[in-house]
Amino acid sequence: MGRPEGLKLIDENGRRVDGRKKYELRPIKMEVGVLKNADGSAYVEWGKNKILAAVYGPREIHPKHLQRPDRGILRVRYNMAPFSVEERKKPGPDRRSVEISKVTRGALEPALLLDAFPRTAVDVFIEVLQADAGTRVAGITAASLALADAGVPMRDLVAACAAGKIDGEIVLDLNKDEDNYGESDVPVAIMPLKNNITLLQMDGYLTREEFIEAVKLAIKGAKAVYQKQREALREKYLRIAEEVAGNE
Amino acid sequence: MSDMEVMAGIMRDRILALLRDGKRLDGRGLEDYRDLEIKVNVIEKAEGSAWVKLGNTQVLVGIKVDMGEPFPDLPDRGVITTNVELVPLASPSFEPGPPDENAIELARVVDRGIRESEAVELEKLVIVPGKLVRVVFIDVHVLDHDGNLLDATGIGAIAALLSTKMPKVRYNEETDEVEVLDEYEPLPVRRIPIPVTMAKIGNTMVVDPSLDEELVMDGRITITADENGMISAAQKGEGGSFKLEEVIYAVDTSLKKGAELREKVLKAVKSA
Repeated sequence: MGRPEGLKLIDENGRRVDGRKKYELRPIKMEVGVLKNADGSAYVEWGKNKILAAVYGPREIHPKHLQRPDRGILRVRYNMAPFSVEERKKPGPDRRSVEISKVTRGALEPALLLDAFPRTAVDVFIEVLQADAGTRVAGITAASLALADAGVPMRDLVAACAAGKIDGEIVLDLNKDEDNYGESDVPVAIMPLKNNITLLQMDGYLTREEFIEAVKLAIKGAKAVYQKQREALREKYLRIAEEVAGNE
Repeated sequence: MSDMEVMAGIMRDRILALLRDGKRLDGRGLEDYRDLEIKVNVIEKAEGSAWVKLGNTQVLVGIKVDMGEPFPDLPDRGVITTNVELVPLASPSFEPGPPDENAIELARVVDRGIRESEAVELEKLVIVPGKLVRVVFIDVHVLDHDGNLLDATGIGAIAALLSTKMPKVRYNEETDEVEVLDEYEPLPVRRIPIPVTMAKIGNTMVVDPSLDEELVMDGRITITADENGMISAAQKGEGGSFKLEEVIYAVDTSLKKGAELREKVLKAVKSA
């Protein structure tokens, strides 16, 4: 993409366009149980990203031919609101959304114990209300919280984060300008308990060493995200405990 | 449950048992690629084309070069687009209709490998800056699906691009007209990115999975690299999970196998 003249993504003090250091995440806020209808839900603000995830299920499948007699299935829809980006996005799935939905399913599925729910579906809906780069990792992070909130049995949470290359340096968690004018983006999702990588994508142009460095850095970022996920879940149950205590 | 999936259940135990001894169902070693045949210029009406046979997987790639407007944010670059059709003739599991998520993922991963390595010199495809550029369509027709469509498609796409000859054009500033000449020039291609896919079955990684292996695999990982050893696309696909060491193994296997595959592409293009 045509880069504005003179734009430096890392300044002489090693600071990025939004003032962050190389290995610093954007501010992240998470809240669990934000929707009434869904079986589980979560809201994540990650920099300027605003993402809502909801889980329905395990529930009956329509159409029926998708049923599996030995396990439940996971369905994922990643969708962007028309107003979520600078130029209005035409409503409905485009090719990018279809691919992100598919890899997100692949990122979440290994964490779920779907064998326990034959003939059912777990539906995950990710709505991007505002996008500022890194929506797929924020979406996976939110979806994983919503799954836990819904009480779907899981081996682990799934935490995600991206690393990338800007102005020749590998950095954590690109924002929109860095994604547009940078050299590479490497989103990664992990199940942190056993360091299992469940999402890995990359575009850009990297040496073997840079690529491995970026993957390692993204894993570190995802581990920090994991801590925030645990706190968000804990907060929800503390809140419930307080409410119960208050009613007595 | 489809017949294919019932078979896969029975097959998985057999494949896993073989893998424990380092063997595969079709007799290959874990790092053996299947036989690869490549023929270019197989469709005369297309500006470029390649037919690829990888084991029993067959794909046909056609390149059409047209003229059109550049993207507003890239006024001085030509345009490439990649599309994959999983036509029902190629597999009992393919259905007619618009591209499904498998076709879209396939096309987008192959597209990234080519685009991000800047394999096609898009800056040389400008006819009138900001107004008129060449538009290169990479269209993939899968003919027979026996696994690893991603590598077959990526190999076919770059072979077809390397074989592409497009008519020269001349722009007349005074009349503001574009004249298409009777002479041809090759599409400018500067790099040869090659995708290499590994499947993880149980705890074993195998290169170039066959359809039998894909039906029982936990997940797959594709790394696309060029002749400079630069990585331009990576994709973990389907379910399953990978350890960091397995990702690094996939990178190193891609660099090694990619070099062999690139030689075959070049040989096919040169002998045409």
